[in-house]
Amino acid sequence: MRYILPMPVHSLMLLAVWLLLNGFSVGQLVLGLILAWLIPVITWPYTDHQSRAGKPLKIAAYVARLLRDIVVSNVDVALKVLGSNRSLNPGFICYPLALQGDFPLTVLASTISLTPGTVSVDFSEDRKWLYVHALHITTEQEMIAEIRQRYEQPLQEIFS
Amino acid sequence: MTDIVNILAVICLLTGGFFLFVGSVGLAKLPDFYTRLHAPTKATTLGVGAVLLGSMLLTTMRDGGISIHELVISLFLFITAPVSAHMMAKAALHKKVTALKNTHKRELMKRIAQQKTPE
Amino acid sequence: MTTASLLDAAILVTSAMVLIALLMNVWRMLKGPSVTDRILALDTLYINSIALIILLGLYNGSPLYFEGALLIAMLGFVSTAALSKYLLRGDIIE
Repeated sequence: MRYILPMPVHSLMLLAVWLLLNGFSVGQLVLGLILAWLIPVITWPYTDHQSRAGKPLKIAAYVARLLRDIVVSNVDVALKVLGSNRSLNPGFICYPLALQGDFPLTVLASTISLTPGTVSVDFSEDRKWLYVHALHITTEQEMIAEIRQRYEQPLQEIFS
Repeated sequence: MTDIVNILAVICLLTGGFFLFVGSVGLAKLPDFYTRLHAPTKATTLGVGAVLLGSMLLTTMRDGGISIHELVISLFLFITAPVSAHMMAKAALHKKVTALKNTHKRELMKRIAQQKTPE
Repeated sequence: MTTASLLDAAILVTSAMVLIALLMNVWRMLKGPSVTDRILALDTLYINSIALIILLGLYNGSPLYFEGALLIAMLGFVSTAALSKYLLRGDIIE
């Protein structure tokens, strides 16, 4: 399996993107299949294989929640931008991480950047803290609890 | 049928235009760099997403068949927007760009730039 | 009023909104005050221009503009990343 089809999910994604870009025809399908097989075989030795995502249902639920939160956060940010900027209470938050591994952390940081009024700024060196900048802080504890409950725990289940 | 698609596309386009507009208003109006970072990274991704959705509806109707290759651009933007926001925030901290006076935990900025733990 | 003319009007109105957005980005890019502000303005500028190109494609009814938009999306991201990296390290390729 390792030598024939090392990264099946990647292959599927490559094929899907290839067909999206070039339109569907038999020739493109064949070329896409060849590329979707060849590229993972070549790049296999250069990737790290620490974390694997499982549980497709949970991933779908996570993506759905993420899309909903993106819309909500955009309306939220739009109202704050158009309102008076003097009442804003921006600040940095130190978020203690429970999640481990490069890929899960990247997903978490990207999620935080895309959702309500927060942008992830940096990790601490030991990967135990994530620094987040928030556009408007109500209380720090509340925001940490919200991120933990809404995003980090589902991600922990997906990557466990 | 055409009418329904047209009206849906109109709604998508206007929503997208509105969010792009708000993102740029935020960029021009908000008081410091770190707050400015929020408006473009969020509002513009949804704005472009909505415009692309409108375009997808229209081209699907116009050419027949399903035209979904606009999805590639939206997907690409949704993946890259947080990454570029993260890199710009890092660069700003490194360059010691000043934050607003009332920023919560402003004193931590130096430690964050050096990737140290908060204590 | 038919929905087709409504659609044309909507495309024009959206283009006008994006145009004003582009002008505000340029203003921020010229004003600064810091280098990172200018990079952020450039980043927003390219995202807005993607929307404008897609709108132009819709207005002309041509699918060719899509390729241009995709190219701008890719190069825009790479340039933002490269500029930030340059500020961080003083070097792009290590």
